[in-house]
Amino acid sequence: MPYPELMVRPMREDLVRIGVRELRTAEDVRAFFADAAGASMIVINSVCGCAAGMARPAVALALQHAKKPDHVVTVFAGQDTEATAAVRGRFPELPPSSPSIIIMKDGQLVDYIARHRIEGRSAHDIAKDMTEVFDEIC
Amino acid sequence: MGTFHDHLGEWHGVTIAMQTRDGTIYVGRCHEVNEHVVVMHDADHHHDGDGGMNTADYLKKAGRWGVFKKHDHLVLECAQVAWIKPLNQF
Repeated sequence: MPYPELMVRPMREDLVRIGVRELRTAEDVRAFFADAAGASMIVINSVCGCAAGMARPAVALALQHAKKPDHVVTVFAGQDTEATAAVRGRFPELPPSSPSIIIMKDGQLVDYIARHRIEGRSAHDIAKDMTEVFDEIC
Repeated sequence: MGTFHDHLGEWHGVTIAMQTRDGTIYVGRCHEVNEHVVVMHDADHHHDGDGGMNTADYLKKAGRWGVFKKHDHLVLECAQVAWIKPLNQF
């Protein structure tokens, strides 16, 4: 069951205010993938503590890097359920995980940072994982 | 490591890999470790050779991509457990 929107709004805004575009519906996701040429990053946001303490700060750090994806979008697991399912439906080979981060080039999977690669690590270290991929594909 | 629920043990909320004394590997999100049991959510299990993969290769793949759950909840006696490690060590 989704949490009250009032509670999750600050968690959305953590990403929106740094330029990450929210995909709230399955149609938003379909439209994104139809025009996902170049490098893209999808942040699967979550209410859990490691999203607040590590994943979202890591995304903010990574987006300060010199090279960054052409498109950076987010869906909110457990809140925008159809949009999240639509993203996961594009990558059936990936075990569902939230928070998590998908990095793509021209719609093809390049890296997947699942929750276990976020837990217990610093935002700086997680951002480094992202920016190393950015350097390769952006 | 862990979260705000200290009474559930240091592994609460952490995705762990665990081997039991019969050699089975379990991977999932730890809910609680107490003096009696380990409680996991969204867990997978693997026996050496399952799916043509040995234990080392399974752990390496799980550490890279995660796992698809076979169990919503799993409770194992601590006496059965050989070791527990964070999955992100693999």
